[in-house]
Amino acid sequence: MTDSPLAELRGAGKSYGTLRALHGVDLAVHAGRVSCVLGDNGAGKSTLIKIISGLHQHTEGEFLVDGAPVRFTTPREALDRGIAAVYQDLATVPLMPVWRNFFLGSELTRGPWPVRRLDIARMKRTADQELRALGIALDDLDQPIGTLSGGQRQCVAIARAVHFGARVLILDEPTAALGVKQSGVVLKYVAAARERGLGVVLITHNPHHAYLVGDHFSVLRLGTLELSAARGEITLEDLTHHMAGGTELAVLEHELARAGGADPAPLPDQRDPRSVSSPREGTT
Amino acid sequence: MSAAGPAVTVPPAPGPGPAGGRTRQRPLALRLLARPEVGVFLGAVAVFVFFLIAAPSLRQGGSLATVLYQSSTIGIMALPVALLMIGGEFDLSSGVAVVSSALTASMLSYQLTLNVWTGVLAALVVSLAVGAFNGWLLVRTGLPSFLVTLGTFLILQGANLAVTKAVTGNVATDDISDMDGFGQAKALFASSFGVGGVQVKITVVWWLVFAALATWVLLRTRYGNWVFAVGGDRDSARAVGVPVTFTKVSLFMLVGFGAWFVGMHQLFSFNTVQSGEGVGQELIYIAAAVIGGCLLTGGYGSAIGPVFGAFMFGMVNQGIVYAGWNPDWFKTFLGVMLLGAVLVNLWVRRTATRR
Repeated sequence: MTDSPLAELRGAGKSYGTLRALHGVDLAVHAGRVSCVLGDNGAGKSTLIKIISGLHQHTEGEFLVDGAPVRFTTPREALDRGIAAVYQDLATVPLMPVWRNFFLGSELTRGPWPVRRLDIARMKRTADQELRALGIALDDLDQPIGTLSGGQRQCVAIARAVHFGARVLILDEPTAALGVKQSGVVLKYVAAARERGLGVVLITHNPHHAYLVGDHFSVLRLGTLELSAARGEITLEDLTHHMAGGTELAVLEHELARAGGADPAPLPDQRDPRSVSSPREGTT
Repeated sequence: MSAAGPAVTVPPAPGPGPAGGRTRQRPLALRLLARPEVGVFLGAVAVFVFFLIAAPSLRQGGSLATVLYQSSTIGIMALPVALLMIGGEFDLSSGVAVVSSALTASMLSYQLTLNVWTGVLAALVVSLAVGAFNGWLLVRTGLPSFLVTLGTFLILQGANLAVTKAVTGNVATDDISDMDGFGQAKALFASSFGVGGVQVKITVVWWLVFAALATWVLLRTRYGNWVFAVGGDRDSARAVGVPVTFTKVSLFMLVGFGAWFVGMHQLFSFNTVQSGEGVGQELIYIAAAVIGGCLLTGGYGSAIGPVFGAFMFGMVNQGIVYAGWNPDWFKTFLGVMLLGAVLVNLWVRRTATRR
């Protein structure tokens, strides 16, 4: 990795009062690469993206954008530096029309101040173009976005971030609530965003999805970095093993075997990673 | 990039279809029903027709002007209350805030023998400050608006009485009708004009002007977009860069502005102010907004809906009198209307947002 990272965490951490949610985490986001952050519920994934996207501030370590230390106090500041987060639940306002959601917070206007008004025609046209550029065709841009499926909403949010010049795109569990087919659609957009030269941070707890598109993998565990490896340095089996609990799993297996009655054969996780069904997400 | 994947809505299609992506619009009836003011419009027409039949004396122009006047005094306040509600909050202090504003203007002008416009401007500052305080406290503490504004409501209610008694030695303020600037202020806030031999109060004009302005702001400006967003999903709004604090605080200040305007109207039509009034009016404003199709939990509604909501109030209020019925039934009538409106709105929203 010779190019300098767009955004970088160095030994970053975050404490909520006495609770240390994140500690000593290093993460680099490069243009045209997908950095996957994996971890179980409560591992600190959400805290990590909230720091990068400006919702929370780190309490230790450094956060650099283009090599310079920053401390965002609002998501707006992060957006102005080209860092956009797409949240699983936080992306849209359900009762508002699709086009209003697309431009929310960055509305296009026309006319001088006292009568400065929304440029509705241009916003609808642009939203339609951007969505179709990503292969999303909607019946009616005036329908409330809450009537779309989870995958569609996710894609609208991604298209929105790409349109507004995001250089770093943070995706929070984009596939957690989706079916197999819709997950595939979302992962294609992730790949498409990477091809456009964006740095993508993909938060997930599904190692299979991560391995399909990831260039670098970080596994979080109880708020610290358990593993940080480039794609060439790790196999899907290793990744799944780390993700599934690693050494803890071996201990558990041992205990289960000793308890009697349990099958002493290795747990299926280690033998065949593809048989692991990822737990459904509750946001961490 | 454009071949990135199949269209999500129609899985078998390889991409956006020739129909420009909009393969099918929802039926016109559904899209019409999705407008928040449709239910209340039909309700207002029904009540109007009902009382025109039940109370023949209502058919005269003068009676209708009275109905419109009654509606406008509720309607002017119902507008900012509705915008605030769309923004996800409500304000229990709005009723007594009207009286606080009127008291401020009246006592300040009278006691210091100033031009009434000084009092009017001071009252505006006080009203905006009360709104800003409500909003600031709400945003800072994260407490529900019910608690914050209940506190302000009680504070203002007590202060209205106590300060008035301390300053004037009475529960009402002194008559200011012979003071400098009274005529001008009355012309602005409380005059009448003739239309075809019928005297119409100027508040009716202000009501409709404000409603048009609020509709434009809500549907055609960035600020309107933010109002819907902070009420619909405050966290999402914040995450995409909407200034949530500014939007909420300014909405509370808008209610303060409305309270000031109605307060000035009361002061310059009656020349004095009763310090104990206003209690309970806040619920009337909230009811008018809800009947007008605004969602109590925020994120949905219109500015034109509360216009019809306030009109229904005025119509029922005067209609009962003109029909010669016992006016004690007024509140009961309102309660039935409110529940009916809520049920209709619930049904409409479910139908309209279904795919």
